[in-house]
Amino acid sequence: MALSKKDVEHVAALARLGLSEEEKELFTKQLSSILDYAETINKLPTEGVPPTSHSIPMKNVFREDVVLPFKDVELIIENAPEEESHMFKVPRILE
Amino acid sequence: MNLNELTAHELHDLLKAKKTSAVEITEAVFLRIDKVEGKIGAYVTLTKDIALRQAKLADEKIKRGEKISPLEGIPVAIKDNMCTKGVLTTASSKILSNYKPPYNATVVEILNALGTAMVGKTNLDEFAMGSSTENSAIKTTRNPWDTDRVPGGSSGGAAASVAANETILALGSDTGGSIRQPASFCGVVGMKPTYGRVSRYGLIAFASSLDQIGPITKDVEDCAIAMNAISGYDEMDSTSVNKPVPDYTKALKNDIKGLKVGVISDLLGIGIDKDVKDIVLKAVKKLEELGAKTEEVKMPTFEYAVATYYLIAPAEASANLERYDGVKYGHRSKEVKDLLTMYYNTRREGFGSEVKRRIMIGTYALSSGYYDAYYLKAQKVRTLIARDFEKAFGKFDVLVSPTCPTVAFKIGEKKDDPISMYLSDIATIPVNLAGIPAISVPCGFSNNMPVGLQIIGKAFDEETILRAAYAYEQSSPPVPLSLKERGNI
Repeated sequence: MALSKKDVEHVAALARLGLSEEEKELFTKQLSSILDYAETINKLPTEGVPPTSHSIPMKNVFREDVVLPFKDVELIIENAPEEESHMFKVPRILE
Repeated sequence: MNLNELTAHELHDLLKAKKTSAVEITEAVFLRIDKVEGKIGAYVTLTKDIALRQAKLADEKIKRGEKISPLEGIPVAIKDNMCTKGVLTTASSKILSNYKPPYNATVVEILNALGTAMVGKTNLDEFAMGSSTENSAIKTTRNPWDTDRVPGGSSGGAAASVAANETILALGSDTGGSIRQPASFCGVVGMKPTYGRVSRYGLIAFASSLDQIGPITKDVEDCAIAMNAISGYDEMDSTSVNKPVPDYTKALKNDIKGLKVGVISDLLGIGIDKDVKDIVLKAVKKLEELGAKTEEVKMPTFEYAVATYYLIAPAEASANLERYDGVKYGHRSKEVKDLLTMYYNTRREGFGSEVKRRIMIGTYALSSGYYDAYYLKAQKVRTLIARDFEKAFGKFDVLVSPTCPTVAFKIGEKKDDPISMYLSDIATIPVNLAGIPAISVPCGFSNNMPVGLQIIGKAFDEETILRAAYAYEQSSPPVPLSLKERGNI
């Protein structure tokens, strides 16, 4: 699977991932060869084989939907890149 | 013999007999760190104050004549992708370089409750993505047996800290071999438990269907003791499994007569270093001498395991790493025009190239039009790999292979060749895909570098692999002194 630079830019945009020009060049090459390698799995027939998303069979785990207080709120806020009145501050999203 | 060179069970005996104190043990560990850490670089953060405070508490408990846990006063190193409340937890990434978690991972809570002394947080490949610890954004970690070589990865700092006697034991995490491969490269014991055996709450997620926390120790007995401590159900981790935890130390019977051992022939062929193969076959012979019945077994799907892994793990990683957006914690770019440029620039500046590479692969494999061809196909192959194991375990109690195809490689040797780096996990990856447990135990040396024997077990049958590993360890010749001295730098 040969990827173009445009493909790389498209995928990076989906992932909200900024890439430098050099990274775009490098990834165009490397991702193509990694995907080529990954495609070796196509040699293995899988008709009728169910997919495994979890190796150990388990069911959904439910609990009562109750709010529990978290006592170290200050420690959360201390990690905020920008904060105002105990809220996370981000750039303006509406004009 | 210095205190820091002993195992947890040896130190426990000394503590109980009041022949030493927890503070003395911790001080011996930090003396060693002062001496060699500059050459090894195992730690991202050292927490001497915490360790000494915890050691003092353990000593007071001993003085009062209270019953102490097997890990009371024992120095422990924690891989820096497990959350420690108020203590820097970076995942060796720039994007978390200032992150101080507001809570402890469950395993950290458990160790605190058992009275361990936290030495510090160990280096890893950024977000545990890598096989050499060279992908750390923080520092280079070196192999204590040869400082020109990598310690393996991603738990390279953890394995190096144990091998260099800069701690007594460590916790690592294993997504595709990240405990076993560095344990093998550094000549120590490392176990990946069954998926769901140990809580992952507070482990910074990489690939959620594969990640598992486990111990890195100096011997098999310490591994069993650590497994006793950290195993069990946790309601904070919905993937942890509610199954009774046996006393793993009871499995350490020096007897494997009649044990049925499958030797994975596919992991003794192409791509496996000749020396490594010979050493592992010698270990197999040893198991036979001890009474095990060994036979070759073919695992025809294994040749697809690495490719399968490099679709599934990046896909899950790309979703898990969406949360690093510069909003609530971690790095935020200063080049911010609007919300979108904040995301782009924060992630461009904060992630290293391997992490970006995997986010890209994963996003691509999950993207519209490619999902069936890549991600879904890989999940089907995953089923076939698990079936190969099921079939083999119909006949065998455990399976063995080399842990790694080679000994530790030189720093820089594979850095620019992602696929060759990925292939160093060829023997460990199938185990994660099937969710089953495996251990790596040292089994010899090639050119003075350690080789590891991987022993794989059935789901939730850690006991049998511990029993096999223990019997092997007890019978194998002790490490020659000249090598041990090198191992001690």
